[in-house]
Amino acid sequence: MKKIYANASEALDGVISDGKLIAAGGFGLCGIPELLLEAIKASGAKDLTFASNNAGVDDFGIGILLQTRQVKKMISSYVGENAEFMRQYLSGELELEFNPQGTLAERMRAGGAGIPGFYTKTGVGTVIAEGKEHKDFNGETYIMEEGIFADLAIVKAWKADETGNLVFRKTARNFNVPAATCGKVCVVEVEEIVPTGSLDPDSIHLPGIYVHRIIQGSHEKRIEQRTTRKKEDA
Amino acid sequence: MPWDRNQMAARAADELEDGMYVNLGIGIPTLVANYVGDKDITLQSENGMLGMGPFPFEGEEDPDLINAGKQTITELSRTAYFDSATSFAMIRGGKIAAAILGAMEVDEKGDLANWMIPGKLVKGMGGAMDLVAGVGRVIVVMDHTNKHGDSKVLKECTLPLTGQGVVDRIITNLGVLDVVEGGLRIVELADGVSEDEMRAATEATIVA
Repeated sequence: MKKIYANASEALDGVISDGKLIAAGGFGLCGIPELLLEAIKASGAKDLTFASNNAGVDDFGIGILLQTRQVKKMISSYVGENAEFMRQYLSGELELEFNPQGTLAERMRAGGAGIPGFYTKTGVGTVIAEGKEHKDFNGETYIMEEGIFADLAIVKAWKADETGNLVFRKTARNFNVPAATCGKVCVVEVEEIVPTGSLDPDSIHLPGIYVHRIIQGSHEKRIEQRTTRKKEDA
Repeated sequence: MPWDRNQMAARAADELEDGMYVNLGIGIPTLVANYVGDKDITLQSENGMLGMGPFPFEGEEDPDLINAGKQTITELSRTAYFDSATSFAMIRGGKIAAAILGAMEVDEKGDLANWMIPGKLVKGMGGAMDLVAGVGRVIVVMDHTNKHGDSKVLKECTLPLTGQGVVDRIITNLGVLDVVEGGLRIVELADGVSEDEMRAATEATIVA
């Protein structure tokens, strides 16, 4: 089966529409599926729910879909870098469900692994635990969190082979792996598609079974906080 | 003289032992890395990295290599990368020996508040709730009082909690306190700070 598509819009054809739950990879602006987000903007699909650790910045990442009011709800752990997000949230236009970062990652992982719920100590005794089932194991209290089963996963990898085996680069792996696994359909954008057989099978980060559609493109890869030291300080 | 930011960070670094895997929060905790000396400490960054190195030289920034504060960083010879689910599996699973974190409030039961002030802009808890629930030891580093002079070491936190009964040790500009049965125990006073000054600045119960 052919997994390689010509561009982001073609790769999203038939899998993006109003009201979808989308799991997106990335941490801050690192490793975000920037080309697929642009294509979702162009598709005009609205009332979208995003499970994504962050919400981008005003003019990059998920932020571009907030400007066009295509997002109904965010499931995120940290949204501090986006003024338009805050404006829509405070005015009630946008729903927000805060998840602790590890709980969000595990909810995606669980969804991808066919696990509808799990117990965690994270958030016990906080607002996160309100309304959730509590259960004691070995004298400690845990709360139940639910797996995320997304309609669509959009992720960014470094390299893919033609069968969808993926390799990520450095900390750009982050949420891309759990997000990819929890989507009914997973669309991946990469910097380079390499011939099948050229990736070391022992070094595949995500096997192609999770990957349905692939595009190659050039990425801006914006840096959110450029921190450096001077050579003479070393 | 109460400790300054760097002295608090240096004191926090004394908590770390050879061989530990440690997660440092943003702010004063970040400075702790400057004071570990010869100790073999591996820093975890919860966005998916063990073995976090210093900031890159100018011109060598890599957009694929950032820390949990979204700052550009570098890797070390020992570095390993992994995904976010694996990262929090090692946090939740108790593999990280200690987390050193900042706080808005701490109380005598070890409750910690550091993510939300009602009525103010809420940015989110990020990985803080997972860290305090999961790591072996939680060490808070913060100023003892807020800018109005009110104690941040309370009988009971007033802000929404990050975790309940999670704090082990509190390092402030006035000294070091442990969370024990019945309240807090003074472990150490900063140079020139008297026990009376520490008690006066602390709302929480101090036990002998």
